[in-house]
Amino acid sequence: MMAAPSSAQPGATLTGAQALVRSLEEVGATVVFGIPGGAILPAYDPLYDSTRVRHILVRHEQGAGHAAEGYAQATGKVGVCMATSGPGATNLVTPIADAYMDSVPMVAITGQVGRAFIGTDAFQEADISGITLPITKHNFLVQSAAEVPQAIAEAFHLAGTGRPGPVLVDLPKDVLQERAPFVWPPKMDLPGYRPVIRPHGKQVREAARLIAEAKRPVLYVGGGAIKAHATDELRQLAELTGIPVVTTLMARGAFPDSHRQHLGMPGMHGSVTAVTSLQKADLLIALGTRFDDRVTGRLETFAPQALVIHADIDPAEIGKNRAADVPIVGDVREVIAELIPAVQAEFAAGRRADLAGWWALLDQWRKTYPLGYDDPADGSLSPQYVIERIGQLGGPDAIYVAGVGQHQMWASQFISYEKPAKWLNSGGAGTMGYAVPAAMGAKVGCPDTLVWTIDGDGCFQMTNQELATCAIEGIPIKVAVINNGNLGMVRQWQTLFYEERYSNTDLGTHRPAPAAETSKVKHPVPDFVRLAEALGCVGMRCETKAEVDATIEKAMSIDDQPVVVDFTVGKDAMVWPMVAAGTSNDDIIAARGIRPVFDSEG
Amino acid sequence: MTRHTLSVLVENKPGVLARVAGLFSRRGFNIESLAVGPTEHPGLSRMTIVVGVEGSALEQVTKQLNKLVNVLKIVELEENQAVQRELLLVKVRADEHTRHGVIETAELFHAKVVDVGPEALSIEVTGPPPKLEAMLKMLEPYGIREMVQSGMVALGRGPRSMTQAALRSVERSA
Repeated sequence: MMAAPSSAQPGATLTGAQALVRSLEEVGATVVFGIPGGAILPAYDPLYDSTRVRHILVRHEQGAGHAAEGYAQATGKVGVCMATSGPGATNLVTPIADAYMDSVPMVAITGQVGRAFIGTDAFQEADISGITLPITKHNFLVQSAAEVPQAIAEAFHLAGTGRPGPVLVDLPKDVLQERAPFVWPPKMDLPGYRPVIRPHGKQVREAARLIAEAKRPVLYVGGGAIKAHATDELRQLAELTGIPVVTTLMARGAFPDSHRQHLGMPGMHGSVTAVTSLQKADLLIALGTRFDDRVTGRLETFAPQALVIHADIDPAEIGKNRAADVPIVGDVREVIAELIPAVQAEFAAGRRADLAGWWALLDQWRKTYPLGYDDPADGSLSPQYVIERIGQLGGPDAIYVAGVGQHQMWASQFISYEKPAKWLNSGGAGTMGYAVPAAMGAKVGCPDTLVWTIDGDGCFQMTNQELATCAIEGIPIKVAVINNGNLGMVRQWQTLFYEERYSNTDLGTHRPAPAAETSKVKHPVPDFVRLAEALGCVGMRCETKAEVDATIEKAMSIDDQPVVVDFTVGKDAMVWPMVAAGTSNDDIIAARGIRPVFDSEG
Repeated sequence: MTRHTLSVLVENKPGVLARVAGLFSRRGFNIESLAVGPTEHPGLSRMTIVVGVEGSALEQVTKQLNKLVNVLKIVELEENQAVQRELLLVKVRADEHTRHGVIETAELFHAKVVDVGPEALSIEVTGPPPKLEAMLKMLEPYGIREMVQSGMVALGRGPRSMTQAALRSVERSA
């Protein structure tokens, strides 16, 4: 570990804290989201002097974690968050779990009590490496200052390569304080970590053979295509073969929505055509996707006639939920890049199935069951309309960040994504409260890009304190609170599956909540406009369709302050289509009471 | 459920056992027995894990194990291509009337008496699980006071070394 030439002065001794900051600088981290506290305090002293690492002081550690995620998802770089021991560290657990589920490259740095205190239930002690074992790609409890550079280098390497994910580095306080020689670059020692990047040639040729033969193929594209920067290659493959494409919730933008071959999003709230294309397919070309239950519906009935080519960088995803006929382990970009000439060779040899019949069927479904919505019967503002207009006025270069629930699904459905890394959301974990801090992180990573947050009134109340961070640090995000006064998705399920018994879903942001009847509260709580103003943002409210465009344009004209718009919308709008949980994709409901009939099946 | 014996080569680092055990429980796989110890290589430990799973789940177990950064190599040791052993220590009630019978039973199984007292004696035996079960069955009528059993350890037959193979592939990819 000592032999490599060092950019530090030879033999310079640094404290563990100084080594941490130097290591962060050396790996190219430029932003850290965090909050200091007792055990991590030594690290904040050299951080104060760093000109290369900007620390953004957040208001809650969960915000730091999601901000690091948003930063990573928008830029493709590893996001960094920092917290102290005990509750500081446990507050990072939710965003770490979120990053694990969505394969977001993130390094979480936590302070720990001094080595002598570990295991004694000391003040602010929590076994954060133990707690995060199942939700990190790997973690480190650093045992000496000399190990700090290596741990940081390995953490960034693990987080950002192979299948990306969160890595936690836990640093005892006395490790941060003791001195050791600083050597950079350190030798990485990860003998058990060897991600496979290049696919197996034989498997690629076998896949090409199936692709050339298939009469009803579908490219089933997941978030891995975005993480692997494979969108150009994906488009080439799609256009070479003429095969239709579906993009999952994590892959929106991997293939242009406006492209003729794009069928939309599959899954629980996917388009009828996308969902049905998978059900009727004879071949799925699954690229960087994991056959999640929200996509497959009841697994035994998913794509029953299809052979499966499954390419993923994580071998454990292949065959986990659905058996693969042609498994391909590798980076999706490399896989597609090798598939293209292999398919061309098949075509050149005269092997190419005619997809005209398949496309006739798909086009007919698209025409019969387009995505759409009706204006609410009660005259209230349509949430889908608001979101659609934000997408149209914001344009394809803006970044859109959603929370979790109805507004998330509408933002996925009714905003047109043309480019990768423009759509950020919490797909796997479904973390309410993700949006505001993730948008903050995205804006820090892409300061010249318009960042729109599409949030719900429930989600927004979980993490909106980060707007104070945005206001103070100069991070002018736009937040559209799609305020329907309720936990909308839960309410939708209560409407559909619980006989309209609205147990604990009215948040009281439209009118006094039922629970407030006996109290003195006679107005909606909170008042989002005043809340926004109190947090240093511009607050606006929009209640009618006529005001929507002007409100969005006004929000977009303000560039020196965060903006929050309370779009007060109706509470009865529902997300359609829907495959009810636990049912088959064959039983998709296009809209309430409308069950598609596919009588012209080929 | 089918029993499979996995030999897992891991880095000898703190927390590795917790990582492996935790992975089994959170992915819903049942560990029937687990033994950990050092290897001929100072930086490496070897775990022998007996897991009860169906065929396709076994593949998922090994793939998930392989994702652990501290895991270097996993080999499934088929029963007929490996030597499989467990160690059993058992304390049997034995007075002057029954002691002879107990000792005779132990000798039948090539077991060793490792502690003797006026009321009980302790026996050490190694072997594949069926042998240990058979001996216990023979000793039961005398009265088993207490017993302790190790997890299974297993070694592939033939000249090949799992550790050397693992280290070679690490060097190749470095």
